[in-house]
Amino acid sequence: MALSNEFIQEQLVNKFGDQVFQFSSANGMLSFESSKDLNLKVLQFLYDEPSLGFTFLTDLCAVNYPDNVGGELVVVYHLHNLKENVRVRYSIATAVATPDVFTASKLFEAANWMERETYDFFGVNFVGHPNLKRILNVDEMDYFPLRKEFPLEDQTRIDKDDEMFGRG
Amino acid sequence: MRPVRFNVHPKEASIAEAISMGVAPDGVSGDGFFATQLSSVVGLARKNSLWPLPFATSCCGIEFMATMASHYDLSRFGSERVGFSPRQCDLLMVMGTIAKKMAPVLRQVYIQMAEPRWVIAVGACASSGGIFDTYSVLQGIDQVIPVDVYVPGCPPRPEAIIDGFMKVQDLVGQESIRRRNSEQYKALLNSYGIQ
Repeated sequence: MALSNEFIQEQLVNKFGDQVFQFSSANGMLSFESSKDLNLKVLQFLYDEPSLGFTFLTDLCAVNYPDNVGGELVVVYHLHNLKENVRVRYSIATAVATPDVFTASKLFEAANWMERETYDFFGVNFVGHPNLKRILNVDEMDYFPLRKEFPLEDQTRIDKDDEMFGRG
Repeated sequence: MRPVRFNVHPKEASIAEAISMGVAPDGVSGDGFFATQLSSVVGLARKNSLWPLPFATSCCGIEFMATMASHYDLSRFGSERVGFSPRQCDLLMVMGTIAKKMAPVLRQVYIQMAEPRWVIAVGACASSGGIFDTYSVLQGIDQVIPVDVYVPGCPPRPEAIIDGFMKVQDLVGQESIRRRNSEQYKALLNSYGIQ
């Protein structure tokens, strides 16, 4: 039996009720959200439930929406059912002032480095992560470069004329 | 028709015209002697036997490979031996984007080279960060090590790299052997926190 988006949604709603919401199917891929406290419970349910079997974490990343007050940072999990070849996208929102999210690295080994990367670029504090430090940027960096409040350009440049770069 | 020919029938009868000799420095010559400054002789020897250390991180490095290979043939300029150990080399050729995470490595390589040493920044990225005006890229290697010659281009053609190399040769040939002990040079290195 192919795993349909409606079936996954039904299973989630049966389990969590209205604590999972914002269901949509963009390009045939099911997306949904929950509150950030629930992330491990939802991931564990998707992993353990035999009829779902999302045992593979494809990607973990964050998105910054500065205008979405109270949920400026959104952490996105991409899960894959390898048997049925079905993917889902699960996201949780957190306030930028308190970016504490439970770590998924106990459930998925793959989450270890991806959470470090997400911390590196967005400053999401993964509670319980075994080694939460910068992974790609220089250790001395004192900000989170992909948050929209920080400019993308290097601030140490001295010989680049802003007008020549289309931002004069 | 392609100009294919064999070495047994050289196009020029004599190869003497194809060989260029180094220009002798100014000096006093007489019957069986030639007197000149020691620094001129040392400079002549150094400029015609530079050992480059390629520090190639991206596309400029590919251009350097062409420069080094038979068609453009960097060894015509005395740099037959491209070394890959900083301990043995005189000329650090930095070719390509240097990420901020790479900057301490580049600096370490520079410190490991013995005096006298020279540096060429090849291409826009090594010279100024190039198009990568972003938080992760060093905006020019002169932020971490002193640079003698900048070669513009994105990437520069092999001719441009050779031109930059010849500029360094001019510097090396004219340099006093005591320049490295001078106050200016020490101040320059101190400004980079080296020594």
